[in-house]
Order: sequence, then structure tokens, then C-alpha cells
Amino acid sequence: MTVLTHFRTPLLQTPFHARTSAANVLNRWGPWGGYMTALCFGDADMEYTAIRNAASVYDLCPMVKYRITGKDAVGYLNRLTLRDAGKLPVGAVHYTGWTDDAGKLLDDGTLFRHGPEEYLICCQERHLPWFLASAEGFDVSVAEVTEDIAALSLQGPCSATVLAAAGFDVSTLKPFRMATFPFGKGQITISRTGFTGDLGYELWMTPGQALPLWDHLMQAGAPWGIRPIGTDALNLARIEAGFIITNMDFVPAHQAVREDRPRSPLELGLGWMIDWDKGHFTGRRALLAERERGPEWQMVGLDVPGNVSAEGSILYHNKRQEAGFVTAAAWSPALKASVAIAQVQSKYLKANDLWVEIYALRELQYAKLMLPVRVVERPFFNPARKRAMPPERT
Amino acid sequence: MTYDAVIVGAGHNGLVTASYLARAGMKVCVVEKNDWIGGAAVSRELYPGFTYSNCSYVSSLFRPEIMRDLELPKHGLQILPYEGGAVFQEGGGYLGMFRDHDANRREFARHSKRDAEAYDIYARDVLRFCRFIRPMLLRTPPDPSSFRPRDLAELMWLGRQMGALSEEMRARMVQFWTMSIADFLDQYFESPVIKGYLAVSAIIGTALGPMSPGSAYVLLHHYMGDVDGNVGAWGFARGGMGSITRALTASLKAAGGEVRTGQGVEKILVQSGRAVGVVLANGDEVRGKRVISNMDVKRTFLKHVDEAELPDDFVKRVKAFKIRGSSGKLNIALDSTPVFPALPEGAPNIRGDLHFTDSIEKMERGYDDWKNGRFSRDPFQDVMIPTMIDPTMTPPGKHFMSSFVQYAPPKIEGRDWTDADRDAFRDTCLNQIETYSPGFKDRVLHVEVRTPRELEAEVGLTEGNIFQGELTFDQLLFNRPVPGYAQYRSPIRDLWICGSSTHPGGGVMGAPGRNAAAEMLREAGAKGGMRDAYAVL
Repeated sequence: MTVLTHFRTPLLQTPFHARTSAANVLNRWGPWGGYMTALCFGDADMEYTAIRNAASVYDLCPMVKYRITGKDAVGYLNRLTLRDAGKLPVGAVHYTGWTDDAGKLLDDGTLFRHGPEEYLICCQERHLPWFLASAEGFDVSVAEVTEDIAALSLQGPCSATVLAAAGFDVSTLKPFRMATFPFGKGQITISRTGFTGDLGYELWMTPGQALPLWDHLMQAGAPWGIRPIGTDALNLARIEAGFIITNMDFVPAHQAVREDRPRSPLELGLGWMIDWDKGHFTGRRALLAERERGPEWQMVGLDVPGNVSAEGSILYHNKRQEAGFVTAAAWSPALKASVAIAQVQSKYLKANDLWVEIYALRELQYAKLMLPVRVVERPFFNPARKRAMPPERT
Repeated sequence: MTYDAVIVGAGHNGLVTASYLARAGMKVCVVEKNDWIGGAAVSRELYPGFTYSNCSYVSSLFRPEIMRDLELPKHGLQILPYEGGAVFQEGGGYLGMFRDHDANRREFARHSKRDAEAYDIYARDVLRFCRFIRPMLLRTPPDPSSFRPRDLAELMWLGRQMGALSEEMRARMVQFWTMSIADFLDQYFESPVIKGYLAVSAIIGTALGPMSPGSAYVLLHHYMGDVDGNVGAWGFARGGMGSITRALTASLKAAGGEVRTGQGVEKILVQSGRAVGVVLANGDEVRGKRVISNMDVKRTFLKHVDEAELPDDFVKRVKAFKIRGSSGKLNIALDSTPVFPALPEGAPNIRGDLHFTDSIEKMERGYDDWKNGRFSRDPFQDVMIPTMIDPTMTPPGKHFMSSFVQYAPPKIEGRDWTDADRDAFRDTCLNQIETYSPGFKDRVLHVEVRTPRELEAEVGLTEGNIFQGELTFDQLLFNRPVPGYAQYRSPIRDLWICGSSTHPGGGVMGAPGRNAAAEMLREAGAKGGMRDAYAVL
């Protein structure tokens, strides 16, 4: 008999579990990347409010992480990803993506440069076969390190103030930069990054540092109303920020069963990422051709009249022809507006006669609405404090 | 130069009207007597490092359509929902409020199992009333004596709304509009403290007791708003209620509008029966094609317009308009977080509204004092500590406490308030809080005390009435402020009113300001960036 027990506990617990489970008074958990993750700790509205008003902590441990090291790290990443990894300074972070040979997106994620030959990729999905296959001919090693690193996101207008109270002076840390700080007998890394479109930081540590750091941060942040938040609150904030999520706003090419589902970066509003001049990269030829003929789809932000969320709705041209679909939508408390992220066929986007058909569930019956929508810029919510230097102090 | 519109008073409704007109391309100028803007939606720093919400202190009624149309979030407006609330009982007990439905039911059940389950039926009925009234908020009331097509159409719309209700619901609704909150709550509940808590919304800002007929409607007025779709929920404006008028001012200026502070309007200029501008206290004239008053109806017509310009009947009705002051306000700077020993440690209740009136009878006795021309010896206080949630108003660890107090009469036994009366009023309130939070008074750094005297002198609210006129059924809809003049117009051509004296009344709602702007734009044939009101599904 072997001693396997994972079928009894299919979902892993993160290094913060002792604290998150104590705080999760409603026991609302969901799976994320093989881990138990809190959907809501007790009050999603107040948790969302902590993101935009005070300080919030979100357990990021389930984020899939790969460490890329070696002499050819830059060359490898430039072949693999869309942006120029060589231009990324040591101590900096950028948001990037990678595609298959057909130029269809496999995932997006953040790339951290820890040294001249050392990077960390953080993303939503698992890619080890693809990353290893892509490494052929490069002097690099690719390691899946998800379980080796614990991560906590601290977001909100008071986040810099809370860090200062916790003894971490981040006043000189610019957006998309990181630095190390002593903590206990070791050190932690703090990056000015996040998924809320607000002032915020992500804290990277060893699993052993997780609980002491959590306790330290919660104590230091108490005067500013720091509170743990679940995925429900974070999802609302990310919609306001106009961010997309793999498998929610697009299907990664390696998982799409239906051939018409994969999308290119150009079709997802990520064309700005592509560094056409850095030399060859996977998908370049297909993307060049697509750039010539124009993408078939486009990812857009929508302003929806009224106050009903357009989640899951179908878009129409001239109220008749199907023109696309909403991938994420919400009533935005920060904007006092109903907003949506949608995939629209390019030919209908030009015609500028888009409608959304909303089924609003009211006491078991749907009320059907057909409303004209307006394409608007993303991010929907874009406060100056997100970028301000030095960071806002409260 | 001649403006398209001169708005008298930089309160929230005046600024709402001004912003809509400016967005429609009009040249507008808002004149304000104080050195600061805001009217009764105002935040001032009276003690170093502490921002107060000096008058209004919570937000729910402010129409989301206005926030969106005028892009107020972009100009800094943020509404924070709050959690909790509690009534402290004599003898050390308490009733807590929770945002979580089940936690709240279990808390109610500690006081009455029956009431805990009755609450859902009560909430359903109140929501039904809300659904009836919400579509009326952003519509100009019809004039029932007019035969103009728009009035007829609106009357028919109103009739259809009533017609859509069942006979039983129609009967209940009419009862609800006219009955007392005590009688209404007796239909559902038995626990004195539960009734005491729920009756609060029916007396706030009103010179009625919980046993007075007509008080039930006032409850609805406090339930018909929402915070991001949670109907009946209330929140704080981040940075204080003044951030609402600050955002409105920023939006107005972005649309090209002007605001002049520090000089009040002495007189509204009328020539050949038309308003043509205003004369300021320093003698300056500001000319406009129309004058829009954000002041209450009494102040506007009895203090700033020649009586000779107005029909006798109108003047008589304006004089009879009920605008009795009933409340006062304490704004308190605290050195540390107050402790209420009755509450369990870590309970969220302190992040909501805190009361010390544990029965309707006690509340009614407070009203008895008002009727006798005195402030309540055992007053009702609606205490809030916004800084339990908002980190921007005080230094960390310090707090701003707001206490809304009833009852306080406009005059003390027929004479004006004195400073000694005001101090006695303050001490009565602080002592009551101290009873439930020992050591509270030692934490107090500064108190701003506002009786009806200060509210009238500073904000300009006649008799200190926070709603610019009582919200009784005889003064609502097409009877607000007076019959025949419910469409934001006055007997003087080009003189308009846009404040809370008009439909749909008081609270930081903005609806009167928007409805007034809609009327002006319609009359001027101008199209403004005004979205349709949200449908009630």
C-alpha cells in the first residue's frame, strides 16, 4: 500500500491557510490552480471597499510560478514572450504574454527580473511542457517553483502607509519595480505591482515567513482598516481596472477544444506588448500577417446604460446580428457606472451600432433588456495614486 | 456680463442644477454667502487635522444617475458603505445590527424570535413601497389642476402606477403615508428595542414624534436610497460629506461654470415681473437670464424678494409652509477610539450608527420636550464614527464622531437660543454618550455644537429644518413647496427654485436640483447630458 492521500484533500492549502481559514467566517472557498482560495471572507462589499478606501490583503500563493535561469535567459524569454526581456532592468517587472506558432495567446503574466540571468514568470495556467520545449537550444533551466514562494498582495490607497508602519519604507519604489527588505532573520521582496488598478504592492517570501509576515502586517495595518479579501472583491476591482483573466476573458490556445476559440494578442487588445523589432519570437510570422489583414476580433471596454450588470450577455449589431459577447461585467462602485469587457467582431465594431441583450434575474424571472452600448477606454478606473511618486500616504 | 443662469447658494442641489446647465452649454455662476461651498453637505477642519461632516453625515439618497452624468467619481467622489450599528439599552444590554442577514436574524432573535422572523415580511413591505416611490424621484410632479399635455400625461402615468397595485396594496400604501411609525411597527414587531431602532428613520429631521400620524412616510424617505444597488443601505462620503459638493464644484468648473464665495445674495432683482439677477451683500450685481434659488422657499420669497412682486395667495401659502426645526448636531474630535462595554470585543457594530434610545416611548418623551419648547432632556442621538472606516479624516488612531440629536426646537420656550442653552444642550448629549461609554468625555478634544440657531445662521436653513421643509404628506409631490408651484418655477418669470423645499424633498439627494435643471433645459429647448432615470425592474 502506498501512502497517497491527495484524493482525500484534492486542493492544497496555501502557507497562509491557518490565518485565512480563521478569517473566513462564511467558509466560502473555491479552487484556484489546485489550491483552496477564499472567495469571500464574510462581506464582499466591505472587502471591495478596503481595496479602494484603505488596505486589503489577498493570498496570491496559487499563482503559477516558473524560475528561468541561465546564460541564455534573455534570448530564451525573447523567443518565448512578446516583449523584450532584455530591456527589462534587474529589479523591474513587466506584464507580458506568449503565443503558439499560430500567434494565439497561451497565457499572460508578469515577468520579474531578479538578476542578469534570473527571471520569474507568474501566470494563471501551467505551461511546463511548452516552456521546456521552447528551451531547446538555449542554455537555460526552467523550474516550476509555485510551492517554493509564498506571495501576498497588499492593495489600496493606504498600502504604502501600512508598509511604512510595518517597517518597510517603499517611498522610493516606483510602479513595476521591486526591492528587498529585511524581515526577521531573512528578507522579503516587495514589488509595486497588483491586479486592482490601484496603489498596491505584492510581497514575496518563503513559505516559512508567511504566517509571521501576515501577523506583522495585520497588526501594523489595523489603524488603517486592513482586511483580507476574497476573489469576489478582487474580481470587481480588476474589472474596474480593465484587466483580463485567462479562461475568463479568453481561452488559452492550449486548452481550446473548439478551433474558433483561441485569440491573438491583437484580438485581445494586447498588441502594444508585441516588440516587432526585437528579432524572431514564437508566433511572430502569424502575427505579422494578422497585423496586415487586421484582427477578426477586438477586446473592448463598454459603458452600459442603466444599473444592471451585463455579465454573460450577448452583443448585437443593430439589435439583430450577433456581434460578440461580454466576458466580464459589473456595476462599478468606484465609477457609479455599469461597465463591461467584451469580445466584438471587428466588422461590427466599425459600424458603431452595438447593443447588449441583458437577462436580469428578478425573483426567479428574467427581465429582458436591449440597451445601446458605447465603447470606452480601459482602464475604466484609473486613479492618479496608482502611479504617483512618492506613493500617496494617508 | 449677463449669465444664462445665476444660482443662489452652493449647496448640493444648487451645484447639481448649475452643473447640468453648464454641461448643456449655459454660462452659469453660483453665488455663495459663506467663504466655503457645500451648504449642508460640507466638510470643514475646525480642529487641526480633523475633517468634519459638519451637517449631513451619511449618504444613500444621492441619485446614482447624477453621479454618473456629472462624472463625480472622476472628480473625487467615493461612497463607502458602512457596517453595523447598535442600540444600547438601559441596564447594559444592546441590540446590534449586522449586514449579514443571518447574523442579523440571530441578533434580533435574542430580543424576540417572532420579531426576527417578522423582519423579513417588514422588509418586503418597505421594499414594495420603495419600488412604488423610486420612479417618482427624478420626475417633475404634474400639476393636477392643469390641462397641459405634459401634466395630463404625467397624471396618467401616476394613475397607472397606482392602478398597477392590488387593491390591498393600495390601501396599505395610503395607510402607510398617513399613519404613525409606532402604529406601523406595531403591525410587525413586539420588542421595544427593535421598534425603537426601526423608528429612528421616521423621526430624523422631522418635527414629529414616533406616535405622530405622518411619521411612517419619513421612514420611507430614508429607505428609498441605496449604496451601489443595496436599497436602504447608507454609507459615508470618503473625506466627509463635503467631498460631494467638492466633486460637484470640480465637475461644474470642468464644464466652464463659476462659483463665487464670500458674498451672499441680499436681494433678487425683479424687473417687469422677471428675475434679471441678484444684488450681493457688498452691493455688486450679478445679472442673469434666470435666477435659481437653492435657498429654502421661505428664505427665498420672504427674505430676498419684494413681497409686492408676489401674489398674496402665494405669500400666504409660503408663510404657512411647515419648516420647523427639530434637530441639532455635535461634531466631536476624539483623541482615541471610544469603548462601549456592552458590545462584544471585535464586534463590527461600532462601525455603524449607535443609538441610546431603546424604546419608542422614550423617543416620544423626547418629543414632548420639543413641544414644550425645550430640547430633549433624554435626547435621541444618531452617533456615527466615520473614521472607523474612512482613513482620510483624522490622524490614525484618532476619530471624528458625528452626533445628530433630536429634539431641539427652533426657539427655547419662545425666545432665541443663548450660548448657555447651547452649552447645556452639548453637555446633555455628551453625558448621555458617557453613560454608555465610560471615559468618553476624557477623549474629547473639540466639539462643534449646532442648534437650530447655528444651522439657520450659518447654513441658511429656516428654523434649522434640515429638509428645507417637513416631509409630511401635505407637503409632498405636487404640493411641495406649495400647490401650483411644484414644477420648480415661481410666480416670477425666470425665478426658479431647486432646493430641498421642492419635490422630492430633503436629504443629500440631488433630485430636486436635477429635476429643476431638466425643466429649465426643456423650456430653453436645450439638450443636456442627462441620462434617463434607471428603471426599477
